Amino acid sequence: MDFTLSKEHEMARTLFRDFAQKEVKPLAQEVDETEIFPTETVVKMKKLGFLGIPIPKEYGGQGCDTLTYAMCVEELSKVCGTTGVIVSAHTSLCAEPIKKFGTPEQKEKYLVPLANGTKLGAFGLTEPGAGTDASGQQTKAIVDGDEYVLNGTKIFITNGKEADVYIVFAMTDKSKGTKGISAFIVEKGTPGFTFGTKEKKMGIRGSSTYELIFTDCRIPKSNLLGMEGKGFGIAMQTLDGGRIGIAAQALGLAAGALETTIEYVKERKQFGKSIAKFQNTQFQIADMATKVEAARLLVYKAAIAKDTQKSFSLEAAMAKLYAAEVAMQVTTMAVQLHGGYGYTREYDVERMMRDAKITEIYEGTSEVQKMVISANLL
Amino acid sequence: MKIVVCIKQVPDTNEVKLDPVTGTLIRDGVPSIINPDDKAGLEAALELKEANGAEVTVITMGPPQADAVLREAMAMGADNAYLVTDRAFGGADTLATSTTLAAAIKTLEYDLIITGRQAIDGDTAQVGPQIAEHLDIPNISYAEDIKVEGKDVIVKRQYEDRYHVVKVQMPCLITALGEMNKPRYMTPGGVFDAYRTKEVKVITRADLSVTDEVIGLKGSPTKVAQSFPKSVKPAGTKVILDPKDSAEYIIEKLQEKFII
Repeated sequence: MDFTLSKEHEMARTLFRDFAQKEVKPLAQEVDETEIFPTETVVKMKKLGFLGIPIPKEYGGQGCDTLTYAMCVEELSKVCGTTGVIVSAHTSLCAEPIKKFGTPEQKEKYLVPLANGTKLGAFGLTEPGAGTDASGQQTKAIVDGDEYVLNGTKIFITNGKEADVYIVFAMTDKSKGTKGISAFIVEKGTPGFTFGTKEKKMGIRGSSTYELIFTDCRIPKSNLLGMEGKGFGIAMQTLDGGRIGIAAQALGLAAGALETTIEYVKERKQFGKSIAKFQNTQFQIADMATKVEAARLLVYKAAIAKDTQKSFSLEAAMAKLYAAEVAMQVTTMAVQLHGGYGYTREYDVERMMRDAKITEIYEGTSEVQKMVISANLL
Repeated sequence: MKIVVCIKQVPDTNEVKLDPVTGTLIRDGVPSIINPDDKAGLEAALELKEANGAEVTVITMGPPQADAVLREAMAMGADNAYLVTDRAFGGADTLATSTTLAAAIKTLEYDLIITGRQAIDGDTAQVGPQIAEHLDIPNISYAEDIKVEGKDVIVKRQYEDRYHVVKVQMPCLITALGEMNKPRYMTPGGVFDAYRTKEVKVITRADLSVTDEVIGLKGSPTKVAQSFPKSVKPAGTKVILDPKDSAEYIIEKLQEKFII
């Protein structure tokens, strides 16, 4: 068993860190404050191939692996949780299911522009009445000639208004329960597809979180992803992969808060010496660093499992559960070590703590991860 | 067109700290980077490749671990990479280095050679022009901009208070200023290719047609007489005044020191 990263992974990390520090970090506070989607950063990431990291070159991607993708989300999230989730939702939730379930024509038409960054992707599963219970889909898709007619509403959709391509789930046969759910590829601009409320959130405030509204929205039959009635399985398998992205985001937030706090406690003086000289600080930092490292090992293991194992749902759920809890714990400890300053928006740890909370909620709450883990064991 | 870019692996001096007792550089654990002027030269070559079509080859002389900077250069877009390495090259000053590099470049095809102006760990600015001398080709140093027109290169050469626009026929050598551009990032796929599909070719002593007298320590006439740390300037005083008072304050201080 060897925990050493390969030279290419080390160099890729250097690239992501360099980019995150120079291009993303300077904007993080403003993105949070103004709740404006960081379009400028996304354009830069598109050019560098950050939106197609685990997608094969034949589809316009970078031909790297899931570990490299997770490291990218980690390094971006170290400085900006918003930027991390933009890449995660695009890659894991939109490009990946088309890569896995799409027809050759769908891959040519949608995966190539998603992977080469020409288009941004999103994923619409959650509804007002279907959150953790994703089987309670109310959105309907009825066949009419060569088309499906979509009616319904999706909420809390990441990259909501900014995306060009959406994976949308809808009931094609309500009588069959989860076996009546199908997945569709929907393009922005399709008549009958509009945007509703923009969510006002606690964290990841620059992320474009919107309601998607479908009113007699007609999409060609060729945009059915996978087979009719197989949508629930597609959603669940997609979320297994998505959890690695969110786990990496959580890891990044925790690691970023740790790095920032180490710098701060060495500078901050109280009682005539830097607070790093106090044993409480030392023990807190030791606990934070150990939690971050444990989370990192779980996240990397899940990322490698996705590329090497048939099923990685257990690894992904454990990584997401643990990394999200660590993100919340470590960012909270970081704020505490910053004292009053940590509670102000002048300091990054305040934003990181707000950003961390969502990682325990989206793409399966911590409780859902426990359901997945125990279902794999019992 | 074939472009050869000479690069050097240097310690990232932004990360280097001074030993407070001995006053020497602490190099342990300091990350290694492509020398900034060289990286600008590489970016210029890659831009010429995009604009005119070219094959870009990077070359470095150094220990085996210098492989990393060549891989980085390929991850940015260089096509080929050569590592000139051998114990026989050790202890080289600028003359022996340029002799070795020129001998290695002679084994390659080139129309244009680009080097950085100088390296941040030595600041000599000698290796580039010396390579041109060894190869008997024209050298234009301090390039701020490089364009190619047919068989000619048009270089904007920077001086302290002006610049010259120089047209020169290839083959030639240009030394690039770090300020001439903002080098591109690598791409993730480029990184993977650099390690998984591309190759760093190694050039050793046996591959070069030079005598032992002109390489390594033997070929290095430079002798370091003495080295000492630069004295550290005091922190200075900070005063916050309105513009008029500030001007008066500055004049007063300059007069105190007999500067004006």
